[in-house]
Amino acid sequence: MDLGNLQSIAFSAPELILIATAILIFLADLVVRQKEQLGALALFGCAGALIASIGLRMPFSDRWLVQGLFGWGEGWLYSRMVIVDDFAVFFKLLFALAAFVTIWMSLGSREVQDGDEGEYYGLVLASTVGLFYMASAANLLMAYLALELVSLTSYVLTGYLRRNRRSGEAALKYLIYGGVSSAVMIYGMSWLYGLAGSLDYQKLNATVLHGHVEPLTVFVAIVLVLAGLGFKITAVPFHMWAPDAYQGAPIPVTAFLSVGSKAAGFAMMIRLFYPGLSAPAVGDGGGWTFLAGADWPQLMLVLCMATMTLGNLAALGQENVKRLLAYSSIAHAGYTLMGFVVLNDAGLRAMLFYLITYYLMNLGAFLVVMVVANSTGREDLDGYRGLAWRGGAVPAVAMAIFLFSLAGIPPLAGFVGKFYLFAAVVEQRYYLLAAVGFANTLVALYYYVRIIRTMFLDQPRGDEGVVALDTHNAFLLYFLAIPTIVLGIYWAPVIALADRSVRFFLG
Amino acid sequence: MDHVLTLMTFLPLLGAAIVLALPSQHHALIKQVALAATLPTLLLGVWLFVAFDRGTTDFQYVDKVPWIASYNIQYFVGVDGISITMVLLTALLCPLCVLASCGIDKGVKGYFALFLLLETGMLGVFVALDFFLFYVFWEVMLLPMYFLIGIWGGARREYAAIKFFLYTFAGSVLMLIAMLVLYFGSEPHTFDMTVLMQRTGVFDMRTQHLLWMALFVAFAIKIPVFPFHTWLPDAHVEAPTAISVILAGVLLKMGTYGILRINYGILPAATADLAFWALAVLGTFNIVYGALCALAQTDLKKLVAYSSISHMGYVMLGMAAFTPQGINGAVLQMFNHGTITAMLFLLVGVIYDRAHHRNIDGFGGLASVMPVYTGFTALAFFAAMGLPGLSAFISEVLVLLGAWQRYPGLTTVAASAIVLTAGYLLWTMQRMWLGPLNAQYAHLPEIDARELVTLVPLAVIVLVLGVYPHAVLDLINTSLLHLNEIVKAGAATGVALR
Repeated sequence: MDLGNLQSIAFSAPELILIATAILIFLADLVVRQKEQLGALALFGCAGALIASIGLRMPFSDRWLVQGLFGWGEGWLYSRMVIVDDFAVFFKLLFALAAFVTIWMSLGSREVQDGDEGEYYGLVLASTVGLFYMASAANLLMAYLALELVSLTSYVLTGYLRRNRRSGEAALKYLIYGGVSSAVMIYGMSWLYGLAGSLDYQKLNATVLHGHVEPLTVFVAIVLVLAGLGFKITAVPFHMWAPDAYQGAPIPVTAFLSVGSKAAGFAMMIRLFYPGLSAPAVGDGGGWTFLAGADWPQLMLVLCMATMTLGNLAALGQENVKRLLAYSSIAHAGYTLMGFVVLNDAGLRAMLFYLITYYLMNLGAFLVVMVVANSTGREDLDGYRGLAWRGGAVPAVAMAIFLFSLAGIPPLAGFVGKFYLFAAVVEQRYYLLAAVGFANTLVALYYYVRIIRTMFLDQPRGDEGVVALDTHNAFLLYFLAIPTIVLGIYWAPVIALADRSVRFFLG
Repeated sequence: MDHVLTLMTFLPLLGAAIVLALPSQHHALIKQVALAATLPTLLLGVWLFVAFDRGTTDFQYVDKVPWIASYNIQYFVGVDGISITMVLLTALLCPLCVLASCGIDKGVKGYFALFLLLETGMLGVFVALDFFLFYVFWEVMLLPMYFLIGIWGGARREYAAIKFFLYTFAGSVLMLIAMLVLYFGSEPHTFDMTVLMQRTGVFDMRTQHLLWMALFVAFAIKIPVFPFHTWLPDAHVEAPTAISVILAGVLLKMGTYGILRINYGILPAATADLAFWALAVLGTFNIVYGALCALAQTDLKKLVAYSSISHMGYVMLGMAAFTPQGINGAVLQMFNHGTITAMLFLLVGVIYDRAHHRNIDGFGGLASVMPVYTGFTALAFFAAMGLPGLSAFISEVLVLLGAWQRYPGLTTVAASAIVLTAGYLLWTMQRMWLGPLNAQYAHLPEIDARELVTLVPLAVIVLVLGVYPHAVLDLINTSLLHLNEIVKAGAATGVALR
């Protein structure tokens, strides 16, 4: 199916709700005194977008809801600019949830409340619109615009703490790296356009499939495009901005960047590289082959190993928990890439599942960082000393759950996610990658346990301050911690969801 | 009693949940609830001991339900002669350890909740028959152990806890790789151990050897085999008494149990090829090395820790012999070492609670102050030495008899090392309990009733198994002979049994 602009509006409800809410917030900001009402409005916007996304497609059934209303399931929107398919809906759900949690966190964050909240919530929603379109875009121009929308709003959000010099520095670094990498990326896109004569992924796919293209040309174009995508997913060597930006940004924004914009980078990358530049292998179940002789999986294999290794090694020596989690999130981008290089649906499914578990445990870890920072104003490891013994038992236990989950220890969600990734790698006999991955898991365990040791095994010295957990944040903490445990014990429906979401509309 | 194993495994977890729900200032109540939570498992264990069918090689009391159907992962538990001894040992030691933990006064709620979680993890490892489930339980047991050593341990607890954690986790990672390779090598893919045991020939010998080595290292860290043993003295010494008992009594057995269940059962041909170097030679080395290290110790707890390394060597040597006596002796030794070393650690705890140090040379003539305590210590020491009439004598003799038939040279070395064992134990006895009384400790109180309750059941078992080993041998014999035949048949298809 291929819908024109006006017809497409019916299928853009999630994005339209977000945009409308954002505009409403900017307007209401002028008259409303109690700014947390704006946050509440933003929460309703996210919830609306979530429901509208579910309205496109029931997450746990095999039915397109809109089919009953419009007789239409998946296909092109806006004259072949974006696609609605299972894959896109999966990410829409994930982003709506990420935005919801971010805004909930922001409402309980002391940092955020000191600034212009109206702008802040509006920008988060605008950024979420960008994320939605990153997952749906099937046209190079649309993809670039969506990515830039996310980037521009993220720069502003990172620099939101106007009186904090670190925040400004972080935003500037982020902006410069982002500008350069997106310039390189659009140059690469111009090569692809030159090859295919079209910005359309489908035409691009037809060109690399049937046309006589020089492998090296395609390869160079891919490398250039990877600069932009690698920047979004914090893959080495485009990761340099991440530790500074993550450390300087307000904590909810850091959480949002590490979960939302990273997942969107993966979504865009998968859509470009799989249905865009590869073809489903004939016969065997769920395999893909790269086209035109441009062996990007080899390149990604190297990037993947470098990303996880560098992220983990750099995290070892960190004294600031936020920065440590920034490096850990780089390492996790590396783990997630393991599913990308194996060229089959099992790998992609593992990636999607991992992004869900990563969403839970990483947001959770940042939430605890925020709770501690709210009470004590500290983000350094020493500020966590004896956390469990000075009133912060619940956050400390929750943090232990999130960190052990990040480390991949059963029975927690992170283990199941890693299990599927490693299973996909071992199944395709990438033994070197598996070995590097396992070695990294071991390294990572050390620095996660270091935080846990500080919280539980060390006794407080008395100067750390008391950590209190209010009900607002406690609610979110349980909302993230309980699924982290439950998904480690029973995850069949969620893996079924991930499995079904690895289905692309190929036109 | 269809779900007896599931009940046994998860009742402690239920207890942990109840403990967490109790108000944290009611220490006595928490301790009582924790004890009550371990008792049903013990009672079910006794029932299992009586009802277990000793004549079949099949897995009994099987519970099998699909868990994650899309990946063919099952919740699959059952016991055979090998695992039932370990289940019984765990069920027996846990209530005793709860009793021995009565002195804990810091973070009481957390301690007992973690302890009960640990019990679930340990029982789960021994009953799991799905490799994925086995792995999950194997790791579940790690987390509480880390905190139990790290929070309630001695002076160097943080170092000991992280070392234990990293060592074991490194092993787990190797196990995970091997598990995935086995899974994808079976058609249709499965984690079901009973199915994997029947499909032994799908890999070429080189892959089988690699898989075997990966699994062996994972388990060897737990046993612990030289050179993977260095976590043990640290962990055992720093852990609180009850946790040392669990570490030495149950956790070490997981290593040898894993080798018997997985390496022997799933990779019999590779077992036949590699057992000589990996099990017999390293096992004998363990015996001698552990004994020599024990001789050099000045800390009583460290001495007991090294004696564990030495005694686990007999298990490995017996397993590697592929004779009925050897393999029976090995599993009997696993059980006996569990009870004896538990006694030893409990006894160390008794003196440490009174004198607040464990320096062997810092005592003297304790026999005149604490005669009952000395009696129990003598019993435990003699049992550890393998004195006839006590349980370890039977198992060590069986091991040596079995091993002699295949490795006379190694067996000679192993048998001679008993002299070293006698040496360090008797010398310690002499320095601490005999000789002139150290006046500083002239008023040490005698062992009290609670401590006696923890020791007497173990002492009774040591005595009974010394004269009637068939109580355990009958349980294990059928399954072990069957396993032995599997390995021999595997050897026939692979390279010749060395």
